[in-house]
Amino acid sequence: MHEEQAAALPVSTRPATAAAAFLYCSIRDYVCDMKILVIEDDQEAADYLLKAFREAGHNPDHAADGLSGLHMAQSNSYDVLIVDRMLPKLDGLTALQELRSEGDQTPALILSALGQVDDRVKGLRSGGDDYLTKPYAFSELLARVEVLARRVKPEEAEMQLRVGDLELDRLSREVRRGGNKILLQPREFRLLEYLMQNAGKVVTRTMLLEEVWDYHFDPQTNVIDVHISRLRSKIDKDFDTAMLQTVRGAGYILKAPAEA
Amino acid sequence: MWNRLRLLWSVTAVRLSVAYTLAFGLLALFLVFYMSGSAVQFLTSQYRDAIEREAAGLQLVYERRGINAMIREMEFRSRGPGASLYVVADKEGNILAGNVRDLDKKILITNGWTRHPFPYDGFGDQTNRKDDERSRAVAVTFSLPDAMQVMVGKDIGDPDRFRNIVRRALGLSMTMMLVAGFLIWFFLGRRALKRIDMVSRSTERIMAGDRAERLPVTGANDEFDRLSARMNNMLDRISTLDSGLRDVSDSIAHDLKTPLTRLRNKVEAALASDPGKREAQDVLNEVIADSDSIIKTFNALLMISRVESGSQVAELNGLDLTELVHDVHELYEPVAEEEGVELRLETAPGVKTIGNRELLAQGLTNLLDNSLKYGRPENGNPAVVTLRLESGGGKAVISVSDNGPGIPSEHRDKVRERFHRLDKSRSKPGSGLGLALVEAVAKLHSGTLELGDSEPGLSARLVLPAK
Repeated sequence: MHEEQAAALPVSTRPATAAAAFLYCSIRDYVCDMKILVIEDDQEAADYLLKAFREAGHNPDHAADGLSGLHMAQSNSYDVLIVDRMLPKLDGLTALQELRSEGDQTPALILSALGQVDDRVKGLRSGGDDYLTKPYAFSELLARVEVLARRVKPEEAEMQLRVGDLELDRLSREVRRGGNKILLQPREFRLLEYLMQNAGKVVTRTMLLEEVWDYHFDPQTNVIDVHISRLRSKIDKDFDTAMLQTVRGAGYILKAPAEA
Repeated sequence: MWNRLRLLWSVTAVRLSVAYTLAFGLLALFLVFYMSGSAVQFLTSQYRDAIEREAAGLQLVYERRGINAMIREMEFRSRGPGASLYVVADKEGNILAGNVRDLDKKILITNGWTRHPFPYDGFGDQTNRKDDERSRAVAVTFSLPDAMQVMVGKDIGDPDRFRNIVRRALGLSMTMMLVAGFLIWFFLGRRALKRIDMVSRSTERIMAGDRAERLPVTGANDEFDRLSARMNNMLDRISTLDSGLRDVSDSIAHDLKTPLTRLRNKVEAALASDPGKREAQDVLNEVIADSDSIIKTFNALLMISRVESGSQVAELNGLDLTELVHDVHELYEPVAEEEGVELRLETAPGVKTIGNRELLAQGLTNLLDNSLKYGRPENGNPAVVTLRLESGGGKAVISVSDNGPGIPSEHRDKVRERFHRLDKSRSKPGSGLGLALVEAVAKLHSGTLELGDSEPGLSARLVLPAK
């Protein structure tokens, strides 16, 4: 039953033109119209990314090597940088380190064919905010970029999170929906906390596994689905509208019930 | 020959031996001089005692019976074998009586001990000899009340001879020692050269492509043997990696081709049937799912070979295994419940190791996945999977046991290999890479993966060094 409700927002149903996207975004409470710089030397991959980002309602730029990427990032203001690790002229990590040393804190996602544990650590140490291994699904990249762009800085973190009639108190660790207290296990609390921090944005299974469990591998069994359905049974059980929805082919989204 | 010597000189052992021989030679030389010198000194001091006793005796004779009696006594003593030297002289040093014909007058007019041995001529000696041919003596001189000088001395030809004998003997033995030392080192060095030649010939053969060739180990357990053994271990490791790499390429060829062909056929069939929009979308979704699973397999393969290739893949840090096991249990408990399997947890507190949290967690989830997938009892009993952490004897053991059909012992080595699946029909999902990764992770942590019988069922034990 939940699955049927949840299949509401496949990525492909998003509007095709930027103007429509803007309208669509403002209505549907999506993260939209972000300025994204894609630094990627493979022309085909870059074309695909630019097209896909435009279709998702964003405003992407492209740089074909590390040096021009660095210049563009220095002279424009972007919401997110997508940096390929291996680039001609200047490799991605060095370009990113250069930017960071100038005090530029634009969120950056590193794309790499190297996916080993320590490569990711190295990427994050060089100033990357997220790391994605090739090959990846575009839905995964999109979800991560949208979360990155609106990432709440820790010092601005609120003690009270609220999405619709769902409330979460980080101090007392209490969760209520419609005033009724909901009892959660510590991990379920972390899961809900992350979903609420990113309410209205699609989060993928791997993002949840990384953020909530701090594991960066791909378990054979889809463990996240089971945890989500447990959480869902606790927060959506007694209510007509499900807030925690499945986005087919992408992940999950926590949304306030649409005002009807 | 000259080249051979130069080659020998380039052997560290030979250079060191020459240095040792030189240092030893210098020490021995010092010892020779010291020993002969002190022997002479000992003899001289014995002479002095004897001279002093004689001088005292003569003085006593003089005091009791006068000068003539003393001279008679001197003459009497002179006739005995090994007699001392006696001289009675006037104030100017002219010899009046005694058994010495000539000596430096200064000695006769200076009272007390002569400072150095001095030359003299006895009555039997030839005249006009050169100074270094003349006999030498030590002596004491004293005055008598009636303006007479008396000297009593002893010829020291004996200590000189003794010194020469000692020096000659020591010199001879030292020369022998040096020659023998050099010869011994020469042959030892030649032996060392031979061993090195053997090693370099072996490495040449290995470089030429003979992967089975190993460096010679003679069993002498010397440093050459140890070096060869180390190099052989290294060669073993390299060939393991090498064959691992070959395995991977074989497996890729074999096990990735199949799903790729399936994928291609699917697309081809869809194209041929001229699909409508709906069907095309379904096929495309299937294609995505298929390629995802191929990517997954590919990633797993890469992961395994990189973990197998050594520790530079991942940092190993201090790690709380108790916490890790709790985390993984917490992650899998809902999955097990959904599958109708009871997942039990038995842990020991505070078990630590040096390891990589990601890799160990991934290995552990692979074991749990296996048990959940294949570990169900066939007789319809409720399925129970136990995740257990134990420690003791410097080891930490994480085990996952189920009460399913288990793995027959003859298959337990096979299932660790890449792509090996017991389920020949391949009806259940799985890549056949799970245990291969666990094994690689265990090895990376200097541990082992043991597959045993939990009667009934499989018990997979990850044995790690505890910290």
